Amino acid sequence: MRRRGKTGLIFFPAFDWAISPTHPEREERLLYTQDQVFEEGLLDLENIIEFKPKVATPEDIQRVHICVPDVGSVITESHLISAGGAITAADKVLTGMVDNAFALVRPPGHHAMRVVHGARGFCNINIEAVMIENLRKKYGRKRIAVIDTDCHHGDGTQDIYWHDPNTLYISIHQDGRTLYPGSGFPEEFGGPNALGTTINVPLPPNTSDEGFIYVLDHLILPVLQEFKPDLIINSAGQDNHYSDPITNMRFSARGYATLNDRLKPDIAVLEGGYSIEGALPYVNVGIILAMAGLDYSAVREPDYDPEAMKQPKEITKYIEEVTSDIYMFWKKRESLKAELLGDARYARRERNIHYDTDRIREQQQEIIRVCGDCGGLITIDSVASTANHIFAVIVPSPACPACRDEGEKIFGSIDKAKRRIRYLYFQDRDRDVYICK
Amino acid sequence: MILGIDVGGTHTDAVLLDNLQVRKKTKVLTIQENLIESLLGTADEILEGENPRALKRIVFSTTISTNAIVQGKIDRVGLAIASGPGLPPSLLKISEDTRFVSGSINHRGIEVAPIDAEEIGRVGDHFRKEGIRYLSVVGKFSTRNPKQEIRIRDLLNGDFSHITLGHRMSGNLNFPRRIATAFLNAAVWETYNTFVGEILKFKKQARLETPVYILKADGGTFEIGHSAEFPVYTILSGPAASIMGILSLTRCAGDAVAIDVGGTTTDIAVFSGGVPLLEPLGVTIEGHRTLIRGLKTRSIGAGGDSLVRYKNGEISIGPERDGPAAAFGGRHPTPTDAMIVLGLTDIGDSRKAAEAVGPLAKSMKIPIREAAERIFRETCRLIASAAGDMLDEINNKPVYTIHEMLEGKKIRPETLYVVGGPAGPMAAKLGELLGCSAVIPPHAEVANAVGAALSRNTTEVTLLADTEKKIMTIAEEGLQTGIPGNFSREDAVEVCREKLRERALLIGAADEDIEMEIVEDLEFNMVRGYSRTGKNIRLKAQIKPGLIAGFSGTDKT
Repeated sequence: MRRRGKTGLIFFPAFDWAISPTHPEREERLLYTQDQVFEEGLLDLENIIEFKPKVATPEDIQRVHICVPDVGSVITESHLISAGGAITAADKVLTGMVDNAFALVRPPGHHAMRVVHGARGFCNINIEAVMIENLRKKYGRKRIAVIDTDCHHGDGTQDIYWHDPNTLYISIHQDGRTLYPGSGFPEEFGGPNALGTTINVPLPPNTSDEGFIYVLDHLILPVLQEFKPDLIINSAGQDNHYSDPITNMRFSARGYATLNDRLKPDIAVLEGGYSIEGALPYVNVGIILAMAGLDYSAVREPDYDPEAMKQPKEITKYIEEVTSDIYMFWKKRESLKAELLGDARYARRERNIHYDTDRIREQQQEIIRVCGDCGGLITIDSVASTANHIFAVIVPSPACPACRDEGEKIFGSIDKAKRRIRYLYFQDRDRDVYICK
Repeated sequence: MILGIDVGGTHTDAVLLDNLQVRKKTKVLTIQENLIESLLGTADEILEGENPRALKRIVFSTTISTNAIVQGKIDRVGLAIASGPGLPPSLLKISEDTRFVSGSINHRGIEVAPIDAEEIGRVGDHFRKEGIRYLSVVGKFSTRNPKQEIRIRDLLNGDFSHITLGHRMSGNLNFPRRIATAFLNAAVWETYNTFVGEILKFKKQARLETPVYILKADGGTFEIGHSAEFPVYTILSGPAASIMGILSLTRCAGDAVAIDVGGTTTDIAVFSGGVPLLEPLGVTIEGHRTLIRGLKTRSIGAGGDSLVRYKNGEISIGPERDGPAAAFGGRHPTPTDAMIVLGLTDIGDSRKAAEAVGPLAKSMKIPIREAAERIFRETCRLIASAAGDMLDEINNKPVYTIHEMLEGKKIRPETLYVVGGPAGPMAAKLGELLGCSAVIPPHAEVANAVGAALSRNTTEVTLLADTEKKIMTIAEEGLQTGIPGNFSREDAVEVCREKLRERALLIGAADEDIEMEIVEDLEFNMVRGYSRTGKNIRLKAQIKPGLIAGFSGTDKT
């Protein structure tokens, strides 16, 4: 067991907030988790300290998102508290009050992309990204790794950090061919200026503890060792659990604890997980104990049967192959870049984005300036089924003079009326300026 | 007439209240070796020449359980713990006489692993062989379903002197605290019950027919016969008596801070709307975190007799104490000496006080008076900042709903009550530092006894209704009963009020003192798949700490 440091816990179950009365993301979601955490007396342990979340501000949200038409229209108070809880976790770690922290908050955020026309995958704003950009502003530009262990591909976090070479995003999730949101394949490997800092590991249904830990040991930990992040963040979704009602995996509470024990995240943030009685109480206790460096060997779901949860041999073999392929791919990222890009000066992404929760469709065209000196200037042209047509200019942080000049020029020259743009945004992430016209 | 006696660590205070006025008061040194003698001797003395039939109520506050725990004079307790999954046994074991047994209840109160009767038999044999006579049986989530604890006790029963069951101690969730609470309850059982026996004997001899109440840590009282089952509730009644005393002497109705400056330590308490705040889960004693309802106090190691030092350009106050103040023949300078030098009080030998502060002033290279001023200021600053921290902590307590997050009540004290020896010289300065108007309550020297005498009976009930399982549980009562599927929150509130009234009457409350309050009120839809399968209703109701009816404040005493 490792040295017992101090672990911060930010618990905000939002007992008075739901997407709708019978939606999985409802008041009751963390009720039994609270019962278990309280009954285990975790908050009395010498090295576990509970903190009250702060409330995030619209500025915190704008640093990450282009909210259409504005922040107030796409969020509720609950989102500000949930993001604020993640920010509090980061503050406590970065000011040295604790060694690591877990934001056990809801609602979740990892399906929220850069442009937000509404809620998708139960998410409105990306609470990890809001936290990361807040801490970068306060504590300097950090090299950050986000390890997303939610069962669903974190397409929102991937989108936000697609072009950021300083943020490594690794997602392990149930294969997109069998589960929402249907993305997260190994070929999704990052934008032209950040190739290899997005890594996707789709796992077949029925993957058990063995498979998850294999990917951790043989891919995630070696990549982290090379990337050398200043901070490791676990996007801690809990829906890989064998009892989760909307997924098909076989991960256990002990497995989650082991993963966190080995990954040693500086900050963990709750994402999905909807087996509110059978999984969440045990998974969360396991994660808290593991982060606090305490013995989690007695954490076990009452109905857990390790024999029945064993993964079939062919799955083990498949996972070994996928892991090895992806690791090779990562090793070759530099040469791949030259091969893929040639001498292109701009790269374009065209996407149809579906907001399942709010039933909105968006057509988006994103253009990135290929740049060797910074993350690259981004422009986004987006039309949603709400009839909102927007255009956004995004200056990265840090930004090279060429990208900045070009961004300012574009923003100054757009003719809103002519292009039938309803809202025009300028997000200067380098100087923390946000303008909407 | 009401008789109140507080047997404190140093003094035993007694008051006889007649028509809510102090008719007699007395203060004597406590005989540590014989607390019962202190108590009964004082009672005899103050009742001398009085008509015992005129006594309506007798309340005792005693350190008997506290002392047993603090001095380690407790009985060996055999602990049978059904821990189920979660924390490892290594983090739960609080004594060598602990046996972990099969059986497990989950968060919803569902039995998920059975008890092994043979195993319990072996555990009982082991404890018997060890000569252990007191046991505690504690299960995880036993407040959600007490059946396994009850069954284990029945399997163990027979020749043990007493078995404490975890779920009877509190309705709050916290397994390690439940273990500690049940352990301590069994550990002081014999000591406390001997005390109860003596009191009842005295009552008989004195032909007193008046009900006798005992003060609890939460500033409430319970009837002595009932207290025999829950001896551990009587710990830390001293600080509770002091807080209730301040309440009874001041008619406090708003937000306030109370500071009791002692010789070695200073105790701080907080009132919200005239009600003293309770510890959210329970009090801590000798490192044991418990589920014992208790008033929230913070104690800091700084008082009138604290050792004052000057080192590396800084003055430090306490936390040690080495005898009395120099003005009273002590060997070291203390804050009391500084206050004497400053002329803030005329007690003790002012020459000796100045002599003690002298060397400090010399190392600080300032005049004696200025040094005294700095010591005084530092003492006040230390106490005020501890009070400020306590308020910050209360106001920043994590909450779990958006409503509380955005609209939650903040405590903004307007009044500061100061009691204790140096109250006079320090009150104004402390008030200034905390931004409050400072008040020194009258009769403060017997505040504890007055507090005990006038505290009402308190109790609480915790109700969980699960309409999916059609079961309602009242933890403290060990009660589980069927409910219809359409059982509503309103039904639950009614049951809660009824049970609370029953409990209050059982522990001797007068009808007019049953002032109920719902302190926790949550209702959740239980959804499985995408349809509603029931409701999970959680209520906690209490009789909050306060004064018995008819008492309306200082003007009458």
